[in-house]
Amino acid sequence: MELISHLSIGFGVAFTPVNLLYAFAGCLMGTLVGVLPGIGPPATIVMLLPATYALQPVSALIMLAGIFYGAQYGGSTTAILVSLPGESGSVVTVADGYQMARQGRAGPALAAAGLGSFFSGCVATLVLAGLALPLSEVAFVFGPAEYFSLMVLGLIGAIILGSGTILKSVGVVLLGLLLGLVGADVNSGVARYTFDIPELYDGIGLVVIAMGIFGYGEIISNLGKHESERKVFSAGFKGLMPTREDFRNMVPAVLRGTLLGSALGMLPGGGVTISSFAAYAVEKKVPLRKGELPLGTGNIRGVAGPEAANNAAAQTCFIPLLTMGIPTGAVMALMLGAMMIHNIQPGPMVLTRNPELFWGLIVSMWIGNAMLVILNLPLIGLWVKLLTVPYRWMFPAIVIFCAIGVYSITNNTFDVWIVSLFGILGYVFIKLSISPAPMVLGLILGRPMEENLRRALVVANGDWSVLFTRPISATLLAIAALLLIIVLSPSLRKVREKAAAQG
Amino acid sequence: MRIKSSKDFYSGLLFMVVGMGFAWGATDYQIGVASQMGPGYFPLMLGTLLAVVGLAVLFQSLAVETEGSDLIGSIAWKPVCFITLANIAFGVLVGGLPSIGVPYMGLMTAIVAVTFIASYGSDEFRVKEVFILAIVLAALNYTLFIWLLKLRLPAWPVFMSH
Repeated sequence: MELISHLSIGFGVAFTPVNLLYAFAGCLMGTLVGVLPGIGPPATIVMLLPATYALQPVSALIMLAGIFYGAQYGGSTTAILVSLPGESGSVVTVADGYQMARQGRAGPALAAAGLGSFFSGCVATLVLAGLALPLSEVAFVFGPAEYFSLMVLGLIGAIILGSGTILKSVGVVLLGLLLGLVGADVNSGVARYTFDIPELYDGIGLVVIAMGIFGYGEIISNLGKHESERKVFSAGFKGLMPTREDFRNMVPAVLRGTLLGSALGMLPGGGVTISSFAAYAVEKKVPLRKGELPLGTGNIRGVAGPEAANNAAAQTCFIPLLTMGIPTGAVMALMLGAMMIHNIQPGPMVLTRNPELFWGLIVSMWIGNAMLVILNLPLIGLWVKLLTVPYRWMFPAIVIFCAIGVYSITNNTFDVWIVSLFGILGYVFIKLSISPAPMVLGLILGRPMEENLRRALVVANGDWSVLFTRPISATLLAIAALLLIIVLSPSLRKVREKAAAQG
Repeated sequence: MRIKSSKDFYSGLLFMVVGMGFAWGATDYQIGVASQMGPGYFPLMLGTLLAVVGLAVLFQSLAVETEGSDLIGSIAWKPVCFITLANIAFGVLVGGLPSIGVPYMGLMTAIVAVTFIASYGSDEFRVKEVFILAIVLAALNYTLFIWLLKLRLPAWPVFMSH
């Protein structure tokens, strides 16, 4: 019953015309940018962040969540229609989705993705609403040692579930942590690694670094490639609605995907990508019914399962951020950054101090999902047209958007110089096949990790074993170790390598 | 010794150099002990760890045979230079350089300049097309950021405002 009263607070906040408008605008803009290949959700969010600066915190978060889902969703549309996954979560959708499109069944494939995502989004929103309170109560019994171990687990999760080789991801996480330490030390006030530049005393902004690495790095890399022919699919749709038979195949796949995605999404590492791969692997194992095409040749289950999974994961990955204040992936780190711009410190306190914001955001997730179905299915033609816009018109606009975004955070040109530097670093990362996403997470966790470790060790008189003797802390570290062991096992390694090769 | 994966070789090198840099920098600050961590303690730990990871990546690139060449490929110098330049131009035009007395020129000027400079970094540069694009982008950004979102950005050069 408590849940209902909470949700009604949320509906009260989210159902105001203004916030509905921002949710709509977020979904629209997110999809718009998300359908562009090579621009994943993190880049989309940093690019569109400035559009939310002037808004009220609640509206800003609602719009950002909309942008995130839109980006996610736009990626699957292009995966099906033109075999170009807009983001890594829809890489597996290409296999069956594009085959279906080639067989003239693009309509049902898109509908399966849309309806599957909507259903799983609804379920995952309920999971989020139901788990938020108990989990945030858990957060209150956490001491510094527990927080430190939780962050270690989060980083290990990000390393494992991300793409890229493990050792290089460890390196890039450490690099992020170190960059996060730049600026004045909270304890002693000593300015670290600032080279006497006053702007660096407050540290390097997360958005600035993310903008450089995701925004500029990708533009430079795209310009360096030869313009590849875009295979725009032009054959007409024969209706959007799946047949009865399609529904019969799709429903169980959606249910399985929802379950998998909701569970994997909560894991540290924000398993949006991995959950779609896992869902596809499961669908492959399920025996074929009579008359069903094998997976990989245009089976609707191969679209519905992964799409349901990645959308469910996209919702539940908010759980650790909202309840513990700990982001689990690059996108969540950016959401945290955006919250801090609006002076909100996410964590268990948000629930008690700012329930309107919390429940409003949760309800708006559901609204966002509904909007995406309404928005995307009729507008598919428009999204496809967008793909025919030449890149040479697109990238100057992206450069300008990023520049305005960076400059308007603090109205200081120093950030503009820094973003140039990180743009070059982003390109270096792409050239060296270093996956940048874990770095963003490290960046935001650098200071809190140091602070919690420091406090834990002060209490324990410098005895490191405190991390292993306190039960919750020990459990968290054990899970981290277990994850490492599992990932080195051959079967999961294959999935990871496949994910890395394609995304 | 032959480099088996040049991507990993340079990644390892990058991690090693940066890690050592941070660790070396940390020695400038008070290190302290575990029960009383100084400002240098954590960065020294992380920097050393990063250097070690870098060494491991480096070692792997020399020892472990990889499929394919795993080469870095050509570097896109032109986009690197022009995108960076476009970004710097944006900063100078919107913010000015007060320290050496350069006044700001406003967002509209910056957008036109950025469009031209950035476009020059691509392989297909057509003056007429870029000109139209610049005008469209200026109008679009004015509507969105100045008019609708009311960001505190100067739209026009300093001598045109009052």
